[in-house]
Amino acid sequence: MTMHARCDLAIVGAGPAGMAAAIEAARLGLATVVLDEQAEPGGQIYRGITNPPLHDRSVLGSDYWHGAALADAFQRSGARREAGATVWAILPGELDDGAGPSSAPASYYDVGYSVDGQARLLHARHVLLATGAQERPFPIPGWTLPGVMTAGGAQILLKSSGLVPEGRTVLAGCGPLLYLLAWQYLNAGARIDALLDTTPAGQMWRALPYAWGFLRSPYFAKGLRLLRAVKAAVPVVRGVDALQAQGSGRLESVRYLARGAWHTLPADYLLLHQGVIPNINLAHAAGVPHRWNDDMACWEPQVDEWGATAVPHIGIAGDGAGIAGALAAEHRGRLAALEAARALGVIDAQRRDREAAPIRATLRRATRGRAFFDALYRPADRLRRPEGDTIVCRCEEVTAEQVRSAARLGCQGPNQMKAFLRCGMGPCQGRFCAVTVTELIAQEQGRSPADVGVYRLRFPTKPMTLGEMASMPQTEAGRKAVVRLQK
Amino acid sequence: MAHAPTRPARARPAVYDALVVGGGLVGCALAYGMHPALADIAVLDEGDIAWRASRGNFGLVWVQSKGLGMPAYARWTLHSAGLWPTLAARLLEETGIDVQLRQPGGLFPMLSDAETQARVKFMQALHGQPDMPSYPWKLLDHKEAAELVPGLGPAVQHAIWSPVDGAVNPLKLFRALHVALARRGVHYLPRCPATTITQGDDGVFRVTTPQGVLSGRRLVLAAGLNNRALGEQVGLDVPVRPQRGQIIALERTRRLLDIPLNTLRQMDEGSWLVADSQEEAGFEDRLVGLPVLATLAERAVLTLPALRDVRIVRAWSALRIMSADGFPIYQESPTHPGAFVATCHSGVTLAAAHALELAPMLAAGALQPTVSAFTNRRFHVQKA
Amino acid sequence: MFRRLDGTAGTTVHLTYEGRPLACREGDSVAAALLAHGHAACRDTVVGGVPRGPYCMMGVCYDCLVTIDGQPNRQACMTRVREGMVVQRQSGPREVAP
Repeated sequence: MTMHARCDLAIVGAGPAGMAAAIEAARLGLATVVLDEQAEPGGQIYRGITNPPLHDRSVLGSDYWHGAALADAFQRSGARREAGATVWAILPGELDDGAGPSSAPASYYDVGYSVDGQARLLHARHVLLATGAQERPFPIPGWTLPGVMTAGGAQILLKSSGLVPEGRTVLAGCGPLLYLLAWQYLNAGARIDALLDTTPAGQMWRALPYAWGFLRSPYFAKGLRLLRAVKAAVPVVRGVDALQAQGSGRLESVRYLARGAWHTLPADYLLLHQGVIPNINLAHAAGVPHRWNDDMACWEPQVDEWGATAVPHIGIAGDGAGIAGALAAEHRGRLAALEAARALGVIDAQRRDREAAPIRATLRRATRGRAFFDALYRPADRLRRPEGDTIVCRCEEVTAEQVRSAARLGCQGPNQMKAFLRCGMGPCQGRFCAVTVTELIAQEQGRSPADVGVYRLRFPTKPMTLGEMASMPQTEAGRKAVVRLQK
Repeated sequence: MAHAPTRPARARPAVYDALVVGGGLVGCALAYGMHPALADIAVLDEGDIAWRASRGNFGLVWVQSKGLGMPAYARWTLHSAGLWPTLAARLLEETGIDVQLRQPGGLFPMLSDAETQARVKFMQALHGQPDMPSYPWKLLDHKEAAELVPGLGPAVQHAIWSPVDGAVNPLKLFRALHVALARRGVHYLPRCPATTITQGDDGVFRVTTPQGVLSGRRLVLAAGLNNRALGEQVGLDVPVRPQRGQIIALERTRRLLDIPLNTLRQMDEGSWLVADSQEEAGFEDRLVGLPVLATLAERAVLTLPALRDVRIVRAWSALRIMSADGFPIYQESPTHPGAFVATCHSGVTLAAAHALELAPMLAAGALQPTVSAFTNRRFHVQKA
Repeated sequence: MFRRLDGTAGTTVHLTYEGRPLACREGDSVAAALLAHGHAACRDTVVGGVPRGPYCMMGVCYDCLVTIDGQPNRQACMTRVREGMVVQRQSGPREVAP
């Protein structure tokens, strides 16, 4: 019988939510392990913060460097971090863990994860998912061409490797990250040929300064100045209604529709961004109920004000619980850690509430005006619901027309769609097609996305080798179910 | 909020010739086969999330394990395997979908002496039954098996080979059936679970669903695990229980394996499936049990060691519909004439027999002697 | 091509890509190293045989798959460069070592 490593609290992800939660949990005396996929803490938003390649701090902007203090506190907190750890399952513990039958039912989880191609299990009494967000799919014709990347991906190249595109570069989409990247590129002296803004025309310039002022989130405290700096130095095209990446084997040009006219720009790199959506796969496979957030056109886990879910001892904090930004993520991480301590009986509810009060006040300020802000940046329908030959499922190369015609045939939902067309069956496990498939079925059948539903996910939520699975502990009952000597 | 109903190409009749409750492999194969003998058919189905055994298939068209305790089942299965090329050809012609039927024979690998002994004993008992149809099977040693399975692991000391076995792509089959039904004008009604069923004095069945009442002259229950509760409403005793099976899917690789094993196969597009387990786990198909997956994985690596560093891209479990003795139940209701039930746990293997033999019987309104072994009267024999 | 900003710190690491030597920075992911040398595509897909390259840089899109030290389907963006690493482009379904 394999001896598991044990802890009180397992945190998945070392972004702002995970780091803040770990600091808080360690302070409260919980034996805490953070399982992080990346080599260094910081998540995506503070990627590279502990080993920054750039000496010139002004390139990224001061709000990025806020992460340094957080990462530093995290590394001194006493919480143990496992780097390069990809979590693929969270399983309720078996009653008999080899120590003999318990008098009380075991209440713990086996968190299955891999480091360097070796599968391991972490025995945890409470699990906090802080897996953050991912770029929303941006299914335009040609979005799979080499040379087309996400703006977030380009930002990672800048933060962790000091790389900027050389050649004709077009940014396209909507939302603050796109403008932030443009500003960072200007600081770095990188070339930007155009920024194609797909925010539905008429809304953006009127409301944007107010939205950012309203938010007063540190990333955007200087938002207006940032916006003006970008506008002054980069050709910004507003009201872009349609977008195409063109090329043979590689991106060669970007075609866009603005004010009723099509234009073509030669391009070597197209950096796309239309917001981020929560990473739901692990939570969904763990049995956490999810709901469709129509304002933000994405799936979200159902959590309470502590990040607690319907599944006992599984909580969610940060953008993975619903998009609210990096600072909100920290505060929610701390609240989730307080709740974990209460759920584990280490502190009582009164102490939890008392210590939470100032955090809640800060969280309220960090999320002020969020609903208005999110509605403003809701990506245009046309850019979320492709047609024709546009690829919907990148892994299995399933097109929008294939999905639409199956929907017209009466296909029930994403799971039957998956069975029919294989969309969602590739290694990304639907991360880049789930929302699109749900929305296309909804549109074709005149139903709401909430009604249509989402792919049903199961462990392992990240690929792992057959050999790794073979190294996991077996049970007598399991063997009997497989090795059948009677039939 | 009312769901937008799927608009059928043909107008909805006041009374259908047949209502098939259940849009899985059994229901769809039967609806397909009843048409065009019956013109107006509706298939009622649940929503996207339901027990859905038909999406959890390994896809074997398998004969060599079947029929210990009921030789008629072996005969029915063998017959279905023989009919399968006809079904596959028809579906290709009607829908353009190639369901990838391959019947090159199949292997049952044994990984220990105990397994070999048990399996040989089983096969001898199976083929020693009176009235057992005869078909070839052979015990292979490692060397012989390795000729069929390049790279076969040394742990596979023996394997049972039968040339009558094969496999199909079960998802393509499922899709082909749905497309064929649509082409033929059979009405597929999703999100229409049957809640109550009554039969009027006129013999017409009325099925209540959230989208209204549907009427049909014949009723075919093909609703898997729900057959039990629905059957009770029309005087049919359907003793079925869920039996969970878990499967692992591996990423695509270049072609390595052409022969299906009952525990491992490479699909037409290059991905792999590893099977299978039999667990009495109740109605829980969401949880994937790690210990079972670990055993499945270990045995797969022992069977084909080269797969050790191939990645699992997903795992799932599904609930088989297991009758009390594991054999199909085809039965007309003694109290509600015109109501039938059809249930089995081999919806893929039997799809051809269902579509081409059983469905015409249902269309004609009476089950024939060839399927008399599958009535539920066999369960009542024990009753005092 | 992605270029390195002046003043970017780091030790040089050497790997090979398709048999040709590639110099990169310690701490780079393999994907960053390839992009820094102008390789926007790193494989041809299994279904359609079309070229793909890194897209998300954070391990969720599975488009940056390459063979690293003989092991296929490794995510280039999730693997740090190492001195002497052998990286190869993939074409179609992966190989399986006997």
